[in-house]
Amino acid sequence: MHEPDGHEHEHEERALPSNLRRDQPLVPVDSVAGRALMAVIAILTFLAALSAGAAVLAARASEQWRGAVANEMTIQIRPDSRRDTQSDVARAVAMAQAVDGIEAVRAVPKAESDKLLEPWLGTGLDLVELPVPRLIVLKLKSNASPDLASFGAALRRELPTAILDDHRLWVRRLSTMASTIILSGTVVVLLVLTAAALAVAFATRGAMAGSRDSVEVLHLVGANDAFIAREFQSRFVRLGLRGGAIGGLAAIVVIALLGWLASSLSAAPEAEQLQALFGAFEIGWSGYAAVILVATVVAAIAGLVSRFTVRHYLRILA
Amino acid sequence: MVRFENVGLRYGMGPEVLKDINFSIAPRSFQYLTGPSGAGKTTLMRLVLMALKPTRGLVNLFGQDVSRLDADTLTAFRRRMGVVFQDFRLLDHLTVYENVALPLRVLGKEETSYRAEVVELLRWVGLGERMHAVPPVLSGGEKQRAAIARALIGRPELLLADEPTGNVDPGLGRRLLRLFMELQSLGTAVVIATHDLTLMELYDAPRLVLADGHLHVDA
Ligand SMILES: Nc1ncnc2c1ncn2[C@@H]1O[C@H](COP(=O)(O)OP(=O)(O)O)[C@@H](O)[C@H]1O
Ligand SMILES: [Mg+2]
Repeated sequence: MHEPDGHEHEHEERALPSNLRRDQPLVPVDSVAGRALMAVIAILTFLAALSAGAAVLAARASEQWRGAVANEMTIQIRPDSRRDTQSDVARAVAMAQAVDGIEAVRAVPKAESDKLLEPWLGTGLDLVELPVPRLIVLKLKSNASPDLASFGAALRRELPTAILDDHRLWVRRLSTMASTIILSGTVVVLLVLTAAALAVAFATRGAMAGSRDSVEVLHLVGANDAFIAREFQSRFVRLGLRGGAIGGLAAIVVIALLGWLASSLSAAPEAEQLQALFGAFEIGWSGYAAVILVATVVAAIAGLVSRFTVRHYLRILA
Repeated sequence: MVRFENVGLRYGMGPEVLKDINFSIAPRSFQYLTGPSGAGKTTLMRLVLMALKPTRGLVNLFGQDVSRLDADTLTAFRRRMGVVFQDFRLLDHLTVYENVALPLRVLGKEETSYRAEVVELLRWVGLGERMHAVPPVLSGGEKQRAAIARALIGRPELLLADEPTGNVDPGLGRRLLRLFMELQSLGTAVVIATHDLTLMELYDAPRLVLADGHLHVDA
């Protein structure tokens, strides 16, 4: 049926216009709806990535607190001109050593605690004259739960100048706060992923309803459901990937910016309090990995949901 | 290759459009399907294409009862048929080239593997200069030729053409008819739905005549 003319045909091949569009997507590309969906996905990814970043930040910070101070307590001995501070310290050390569950007791030498104050008071000041409290650091056995309440009471009875400082209460409060941040971050991520899935499902349905005619033509020229599903899916995966990349990138930029801000402010003493709470505002590799993971999951969800929706729709049509 | 036995069809709760249809299409045959507008020619073609299910009766395609086909076989059977729709049904956002290449593309073939073939066919139906145009800017006759080229590109065993000369001038109509005859001589069974008497007089072939929902064969 075709004119068998090899010579002519070579000439025709060369004459093929170079701007000929040959492989456009078979699904009509509604650019307005496509862009809107991409924007929605980008925004959702941004929010989810920030939440994930915050959760990682909180997790890392609370790990640091726990590691540093979970097993430590301090006794403060306030100086009192009517008492001999040195013997009060010795007495408190002896009492602490007697408690079951306390592993090590160390009275911080005066020179060392003075050094701790240097950043605030400056050097060259003679601290002997100042009523600086003395510190005794207690190291707890890791699995023991010593009766700290009665130890604290006994300490106060015997030495009115001593205060038992239980870090663990603080650590517990901070840990609870961190867990709350982690939990709500995780919930937000899950909600956002659900929202993304729903958005993609509705968009796919819309696209399919709008391409009902094209779908029938594709069927009649011999396309199977898998082929048609791939055509729709590849479009939504692309949208999801692009939206996810934009949202994830924006989140990384924002997090990096906040980290930079925090570190450039860290010369100020207030920043140290911030750092104490949030580490160095560094989410580290695991944080960036979480952000990238969230973006990837959003794209994967876009692909899976559109595939499922298309298959479902094609079954209804059949 | 196609056999209808006592086939009846109604749309929804409407009257029966086709009643007790019995006929068969032999391989390499050539026939017209005729009857006045609204007689059910398009409906009958949609039954052969498995785009409609009969309300009663038996449709047998390539030796198999179509009511028992799985999706893969259905797709395989459609790939053995070429169809020219009355309203063309070209995809408006694709170029003429892409529309014509569609039956090969849905097979999962590489674009480079069929490019020469598609271009050759396009030149042959006189669309060589229009291959990068999109259907909305084509004339009726150009769309018709694009639709025909799309039906032929897969070298079907059975070609169904619904009013293929409805939008073209008599000269082109004759050329297209010669094309279909040539196709038949190369081994394709051809069914042309038409109510154009002058066309049927150009080349004599058996006529399947639809009237009042019934079909009789006019040899
Ligand atoms: N999708 C449909 N729904 C309801 N009725 C239809 C539909 N398509 C066709 N019909 C009716 O079926 C009859 C046959 O139509 P058709 O097969 O298109 O005839 P022809 O192609 O011979 O002109 C007509 O009365 C038409 O109104
Ligand atoms: Mg018709």
